[in-house]
Amino acid sequence: MTSLFEVMPAETAVDTPVRKLTVNVNGKQETLKVEPRLLLAHMIRQALGLTGTHVGCDTTNCGACTVLFDGAPVKSCTMFAVQADGHDITTVEGLASASELDPIQEGFKDEHGLQCGFCTPGMMLSAKALLTENPNPTEDEVRWALSGNLCRCTGYQNIVKAVLLAAESLQHQEASKDEGETL
Amino acid sequence: MYPSRFSYEAPTTVKEAIALLSKANGEAKVLAGGQSLVPMMKLRFAAPQILVDINNIPGLAFHSADPDGTYRIGALCRHVDLEKDVELAAQQPTMAAAAPVIADPIVRTRGTVVGSLCHADPQGDWASVMSALGGSIVAEGPNGRRTIPCSDFVNGPFQNLLEPEELAVEATVPPPVGTRAGGYLKLERRIGDFATAGVAVSLELSGEQVVRAGIGLTGVGPSTICADAAAETLVGQALDQSTIERAAQLASDVSQPRSDHRGSEAYKRHIVATFVTRILSNLQPATEQAT
Repeated sequence: MTSLFEVMPAETAVDTPVRKLTVNVNGKQETLKVEPRLLLAHMIRQALGLTGTHVGCDTTNCGACTVLFDGAPVKSCTMFAVQADGHDITTVEGLASASELDPIQEGFKDEHGLQCGFCTPGMMLSAKALLTENPNPTEDEVRWALSGNLCRCTGYQNIVKAVLLAAESLQHQEASKDEGETL
Repeated sequence: MYPSRFSYEAPTTVKEAIALLSKANGEAKVLAGGQSLVPMMKLRFAAPQILVDINNIPGLAFHSADPDGTYRIGALCRHVDLEKDVELAAQQPTMAAAAPVIADPIVRTRGTVVGSLCHADPQGDWASVMSALGGSIVAEGPNGRRTIPCSDFVNGPFQNLLEPEELAVEATVPPPVGTRAGGYLKLERRIGDFATAGVAVSLELSGEQVVRAGIGLTGVGPSTICADAAAETLVGQALDQSTIERAAQLASDVSQPRSDHRGSEAYKRHIVATFVTRILSNLQPATEQAT
């Protein structure tokens, strides 16, 4: 049985007006036909099969469905798929490259920044947006940036540590890159 | 959850959007940030037949001061745009204080100021800020533009004075007659909750003297409360302790909080007085600087 959250088919019956949209998801151009009321979260999960984006509360509270929309974190349960036409979406699947994890993912692994893992994709994408803009955040800034993402397991301590560790390792990466350049 | 069926329109000009709204006979809703509308549609509290998405209209994502000092916020100015504007605090201190405490960071990347004002949630933060600032909504319809003061704009919970064929294109704040000062303080149980109590204060100062004042209260009544008596008691005065105390008391008196899970009536009144005092007391260094 499919989850109650997923009863809405990505492509609907022939009598429903559909709209064609082209969206760049994790660097890959996708063209789909969707009913206007299809939520972005459902498009990502069902039409594209990227089930790393989780639907938690479904009421714009929890942030589990967070994806990056042109680089900015948005709740994908609170946008329609048609709104993504011509835009760039990054989901948690877009963080790791073929060969290695993103430093944020490494951070969550090393600091044990998750327990059940349900909120983790959203947490990591909010963290990604933060570190892109502010590579050296304070603990307060990390907590502030993650304040739209709810976690019911961890008490947030290790999540915050994970993001701070990721920031540190990104700084090291940058520093060694700069050294390489001067050499 | 997903909403009932609707047809989706994505106009690229304001004119086109107004034409679509005019044609819809009141069955259309405008989609800007969608951070309140989309959840309401999913819960089927709202079921518009037509959704007019204005996100593809260029030229609405701005916030800036006109040469005469009028401050204008376009229909696609998102909360985050104000939050990240480091120069805003010097120009619009009340707005700059409110922007970072709207909802949560993810909602702020999409949600818009004007959309929030139009949504007219009785407990919304921007309505208090705009009423303290004496702001207005500029509505554009088939017959041109008109300006509606924010204090009149909301005529009931989730209701506003826009005609079905009108689009709120911007919010405006009149030019200051003195140096702007002010703030917004909000007590919330957790990030993203409605305010237990919120206080917006906007002042214009000439030297140490207050020449214009506005105070708006969030979450302590059936809708936004303009604490006019509290604001008036500041005008013509310097912000000494007794003036501040009087304003705090008047604001607390005019609030109409109800005891609920967020706190008792007495507690909320206390918070209103505390916040008025706190905002006005923290302005004093700026006042000295201005003289």
